[in-house]
Amino acid sequence: MKKLSARRRHPLAALVVLLLALAATGGLYAAFAPASKAQADDTAQSLAIDEGKKLYAVGCASCHGTGGQGTSDGPSLVGVGAAAVDFQVGTGRMPAATSQGAQVPSKKVIYTQAEIDQLAAFISSLGAGPSVPTDAEYGPEGADIAKGGELFRTNCAQCHNFTGKGGALTKGKYAPTLEGVDPKHIYEAMQTGPQNMPSFPDTTLSEQNKKDIIAYLHAVNSDETNNPGGLELGGLGPVSEGLFAWIFGLGALIAVAVWVAARTAKAKKS
Amino acid sequence: MSTNENTESNESRDRGKAPAGERIADWADGRLGIYSLAKANMRKIFPDHWSFMLGEICLYSFIIIILTGVYLTLFFHPSMNEVEYHGSYVPLQGQLMSEAFSSTLHISFDVRGGLLIRQIHHWAALIFLAGMFVHMMRVFFTGAFRKPREINWLFGFLLFVLGMFTGFTGYSLPDDLLSGTGVRFTQGAILSMPIVGTYISMFLFGGEFPGHDFVARFYSIHILLLPGIMLGLVVGHLILVFYHKHTQFAGPGKSNKNVVGMPLLPVYMAKAGGFFFLVFGVIGVIAGIAQINPIWAMGPYRPDQVSTGAQPDWYMGFAEGLIRFMPGWEINIWGHTLVLGVFIPLVLFGVLLAILALYPFIESWVTGDKREHHILDRPRNAPTRTALGVAWVTMYMIMLVGGGNDLWATHLHLSINSITWFVRIFFIAGPVIAYVVTKRICLGLQRRDRDKVLHGRETGTIKRLPHGEFIEIHEPLSQEQLHTLTAHEQYEPAAIGAAVDDNGVERKVKGKEKLRAKISGAYFGEDQQIPKPTAEEYKEITSGHGHH
Repeated sequence: MKKLSARRRHPLAALVVLLLALAATGGLYAAFAPASKAQADDTAQSLAIDEGKKLYAVGCASCHGTGGQGTSDGPSLVGVGAAAVDFQVGTGRMPAATSQGAQVPSKKVIYTQAEIDQLAAFISSLGAGPSVPTDAEYGPEGADIAKGGELFRTNCAQCHNFTGKGGALTKGKYAPTLEGVDPKHIYEAMQTGPQNMPSFPDTTLSEQNKKDIIAYLHAVNSDETNNPGGLELGGLGPVSEGLFAWIFGLGALIAVAVWVAARTAKAKKS
Repeated sequence: MSTNENTESNESRDRGKAPAGERIADWADGRLGIYSLAKANMRKIFPDHWSFMLGEICLYSFIIIILTGVYLTLFFHPSMNEVEYHGSYVPLQGQLMSEAFSSTLHISFDVRGGLLIRQIHHWAALIFLAGMFVHMMRVFFTGAFRKPREINWLFGFLLFVLGMFTGFTGYSLPDDLLSGTGVRFTQGAILSMPIVGTYISMFLFGGEFPGHDFVARFYSIHILLLPGIMLGLVVGHLILVFYHKHTQFAGPGKSNKNVVGMPLLPVYMAKAGGFFFLVFGVIGVIAGIAQINPIWAMGPYRPDQVSTGAQPDWYMGFAEGLIRFMPGWEINIWGHTLVLGVFIPLVLFGVLLAILALYPFIESWVTGDKREHHILDRPRNAPTRTALGVAWVTMYMIMLVGGGNDLWATHLHLSINSITWFVRIFFIAGPVIAYVVTKRICLGLQRRDRDKVLHGRETGTIKRLPHGEFIEIHEPLSQEQLHTLTAHEQYEPAAIGAAVDDNGVERKVKGKEKLRAKISGAYFGEDQQIPKPTAEEYKEITSGHGHH
């Protein structure tokens, strides 16, 4: 102690104190910051809900009702969860056009992801529902592609075709192609069952199952898919193959036949 | 070629040792009689026309199918034993599948050239069937099926139908999810047959579907039974073409008693041989650039799985269409179900093909013509036949649309229900409309031919006469063109014979006779064909009365 007090007027003492103070402040900040951040998040959440409510009032309320209770033009959104909002708005399906065909198509997305999150926060505040999945849930790590293929053929191919090229449903409705669809949106679609699609909650298709299916789709129906046989012809099966055989196969052969027949040995030049 | 020249030069030359080629030919002639065979056939004449080469496309693709098929049999295991896949296609690793499916994956990914051969085999099959279809239409619309070629028409018809079933059995062999769905579909059609259906199904599949037998059974049918019969039919078909000699279109110097064209050797043989390689080349290129039946994408067959867009190859598409647009009717009698929704399409399937087979006999009955025909008709000069043919093709195409109704719906953004109703209506109305329209077009073309013969070709040159009238100059046709346009025969409608015979005894006019007169009237009656210009008409018009 004596030593310390003896040096308290040392020219470098102020510097040492300053360093100690800085270290203490930094350490304290490091120790308490998460707590204070969580504190701040709560307000961000309520802020998001507020912002979402405003966005909702402008873009959604005319069909889904001012409180999300639904009207004759749109279903209730109580309990659909953030995942449904993220899917519907994130793929551009919502807001729907005032007059649409048999089914709401995916369109240009008109909200930013931040706005979508705010809308999702507001909707999930109306009632508990599936939340937006994280990258760990739909990412490729630990996925079994072959298992995903089997699950896809069992649960999805009836409407979406063997490799997710899409297919027709009744009266102009359709199962859309899954090519180029964000894995997050595929996950959310399975979770929430948009439009004509049945929902596959975790009790039906576990988180791992969904991950497998997404990995399978990525393997067979994405930019990175390798078609060993050449042109895929839409991946639609025998109809497009038959058309191709007729037009390019037989067509080319008939053209060749015409060419061969036109070049004949002639007894006399005409 | 060389043998002929050699025998000629042989006589003028002193008796040295004959050249090796001649000695070989002599050796073979002593044992096979090739000189007389060659003499009889080498100068066989084949007329030149591109449409006469459609049959060759079929023949060559058939040969390609056999060659590639043999290669595939070396690696394919026709077994339904369950195995776990550990080959090089990652998205199926660890999956349970039949040995048939796994060996097809092996061919596709691990056998050198396997995928290319598989794709050549499959593309060639589609083209073979398409070629036969077009070849058959060529024969139909030009009337080449008339006496003496009715049997050969039946051979060709059988080749087409057997080709369909050979294709179907082959498509089912990999035991993938798509083809398995097709086999299930077929089993459903078999089951819909009253009384015998269940028994046939049990017999065919060795018990309940899918059982453990059908791949091995289809394999025998696909590689042995059906191709064997087809090969025999192809040979018979070609022998008959040689025997009958080829038909030709009417033209100067061409008659019912001659064939104008190129000799088999060397010209035709060279062309045909070259054409084989061209066909092989085109099919090879297509198989090299376009993927067909990617069974790895479809996965192994499991009866509990199904995919949308499950269609058969195109030649079975019309059957798919029949099932898809047929309403799902069924009758329950005394605890038995008659599935009309499937059984009626099955019957229609047979009826539509039978009509095709029987048409030559129907037409010869209507015309009563027992003469041989070696000169082809231009389709316009047989308007009723042409219209009937187009009606049949229209019906076939409508069925194909029905078979792909889901893809029409997704790609044209239409309702599948509307398409199904469209197909239902136009399955009946389409052929009728096609018949009427085709007949009108044929008659219009006949009128145009008549006009050209009598008034010449419109030159487009307008002349102004001194008194101010404008006329278009018509150029008279050449003698050859006149002949070609007027070479066809026109039938008189068959009349019902006198109702009273020579002795004044009334005879009963049979219903069949009345029917024939009625049909004949529809074929050849008034307004059903345009009378072709006669020589007198031509003379009168061209005898220089000043007007064109």
